[in-house]
Amino acid sequence: MKHIAIGVLGAAAFGFAASAASAATLDDVKAKGFIQCGVSTGLAGFSAPDDKGEWQGIDADFCRAVAAAVFGDGTKVKFTPLSAKERFTALQSGEIDILSRNTTWTINRDTALGLNFIGTTYYDGQGFMINAKKLPGVNSALQLSGAAVCVQSGTTTELNLADYFKSNKMEYNPVVFEKLEEVNAAYDAGRCDVYTTDQSGLYGIRLTLGAPADHVVLPEIISKEPLGPAVRQGDDQWYHIVKWTYFALLDAEELGITKANVDEMKNSDSPEIKRVLGQEADTKIGTDLGVSNDWVVNIVKAVGNYGEMFERNVGSGSPLKIARGINALWTKGGLQYAPPIR
Amino acid sequence: MASQEVLREGPSRGSLINDPRVRGIFFQALVLVLLVAGVWWVTHNVIVNLTRLHIASGFGFLKGRAGFDISESAIAYSSDSTYFRAILVGFINTVIVAVVGIITASIIGFIVGIGRLSRNWLIRKICTVYVEVFRNIPPLLVIFFWYSGVLAVLPPPRESINLPFGSFLNQRGFYFPRAVWGEGSWLILVALLLGIAMAWFVARKARQRQMATGQPFPVLWTSIALIVGLPLLAYALSGFPLSFEFPKQSTFNLVGGFQVRPEFLSLYLALSCYTAAFIAEIVRAGIRGVSTGQTEAAAALGLRSGSILRLVVVPQAMRIVIPPLTSQYLNLTKNSSLAIAIGYPDLTATAGTVLNQTGQAVEGVVIMMAVYLALSLITSAIMNVVNARMALVER
Repeated sequence: MKHIAIGVLGAAAFGFAASAASAATLDDVKAKGFIQCGVSTGLAGFSAPDDKGEWQGIDADFCRAVAAAVFGDGTKVKFTPLSAKERFTALQSGEIDILSRNTTWTINRDTALGLNFIGTTYYDGQGFMINAKKLPGVNSALQLSGAAVCVQSGTTTELNLADYFKSNKMEYNPVVFEKLEEVNAAYDAGRCDVYTTDQSGLYGIRLTLGAPADHVVLPEIISKEPLGPAVRQGDDQWYHIVKWTYFALLDAEELGITKANVDEMKNSDSPEIKRVLGQEADTKIGTDLGVSNDWVVNIVKAVGNYGEMFERNVGSGSPLKIARGINALWTKGGLQYAPPIR
Repeated sequence: MASQEVLREGPSRGSLINDPRVRGIFFQALVLVLLVAGVWWVTHNVIVNLTRLHIASGFGFLKGRAGFDISESAIAYSSDSTYFRAILVGFINTVIVAVVGIITASIIGFIVGIGRLSRNWLIRKICTVYVEVFRNIPPLLVIFFWYSGVLAVLPPPRESINLPFGSFLNQRGFYFPRAVWGEGSWLILVALLLGIAMAWFVARKARQRQMATGQPFPVLWTSIALIVGLPLLAYALSGFPLSFEFPKQSTFNLVGGFQVRPEFLSLYLALSCYTAAFIAEIVRAGIRGVSTGQTEAAAALGLRSGSILRLVVVPQAMRIVIPPLTSQYLNLTKNSSLAIAIGYPDLTATAGTVLNQTGQAVEGVVIMMAVYLALSLITSAIMNVVNARMALVER
């Protein structure tokens, strides 16, 4: 009791749940029966609650994929909405097991912040959006000198913005908010001329504005924003499970395994497909990872392969209608490439 | 006193457990041990966990390049400045809004507080409604009320409202001409300081004369003449060095002039209005706390009602008012951290951004706590000095 009381005190004083987060995340997750997944407070296509309160989006689905790998059931996930500022502390302190929240992979976050990014689930870049109706004639970011720019605090976006305007010798006036909804509201109300964040985010946010057709995303991309899930350092097993869940999604797409055909694919003649789906005799691929041997089957049954996940959430099957572009598989000229499961 | 001494020195009757002195020492020692153990446990836990999670620690990060910009800064700041300077900018912004807010809240509070005791029905009721409305709404909502309800509905920059003296009001804030001091304008400042010093001296002399001879002297008018007249004279003598830079329309915003941003305005107005409601009640309590006998006695001496209020009631009321007033000033300062909701770059906002960019959560929160603590202790110390000067001097 005393320990709990002091623990609470310590957590309150330092923002750290000191007693949580032992090394074996997989055991903790299995013991509590679900994965705690850190997501955004609402970014269409990545992680946003739908009209039934269910979290939808690539980032939310990724956590479901990990849950399917671990439990064989993609619904065993609980979501924690986090602001950009809260996200790393939540992961460091053990409040969440995976941070899957359109977060940019940088060296500083991998080293000084004690995180491990598992890969890039979405290759993005920072862009600018303006209200073309209010600002006719502006069609390049280089014309933005003197503008008031809305940006979310505690993001790489905020830093890239400063760098971009400085290197182009332009002035700007930052209007900074902590929460995404506050930035959206301020931009919609005209508090600033320009909205800057990752381009995928701009397309998502444009849909939520009062008059989406008035707003245009400028052509310039000013940064590399590889977005991906991250886990805590110091637990290699959990890191591998999350990382290989991502690779399994890509490999499934490459091999043509979809949500619809996964069961018949189990009887495929291809030894590669059989191996990936855990149908090889005496296979140990899944158990060596710490999950069951039919983990890839479970993942694909829960969320489909990477391509299905993409099209459903941000691509042609969604209101965002973002093209695959550089997020296509390497076989189709994109950057998504997974090592083989063998 | 004597009986206490006896109790302390007296031999313990019965066992040690019943000895009040031993008990006292035992419990104090127990609390101390628990406190030290608790602090050690928390510190140790944090250090162990940080090391285990491979998170860098220490305050060395403060020297790093911040890399982000801040919209409002009283000191020179750019993205090339250090994290330390970013936190300093936030700290200064907190102090600015706290000081300006405290002054405004005090003025509104005193007016409303006295208004609630007015004999005029309308004034009394208006003041009551003001107090009840603002006292019973959470401060965050008051901030949102000003930010979203009042300032955000103003027109965009291209349709700014023109105000007198080249000022403009739009949803990006309030713009007014900025004074540009030319060559020789130091003379005006010197004249102003000289005027204030002379006014103070005149007031002192006039007081002494009135005490000695009973002859009053028009101190107010003399002071105004000195404080306004001398700088004006200096202005003329130094060849009118003052000019104004007017805000002008550009592609996106008004440029030039001086801009007060809506974030600051709404935070300042909200904190002032909110805290003023509490100050009004404190002032009312203070005035009601002065017995009516004092007013009656002053009236019997032939003082006018204004003089009674100024010379008899208020000085005595202040003794009741100041201690709770200190709490309200501290509340206002701490409530300024709600600025984060509307994006005013105060200490919590900038230190929070630094915390996030560097990942130094423990250090960041410690810095914030230490700064707010220091700020509150300084405010208390100042108010204690004021209180000591106001306190009843027993002769």
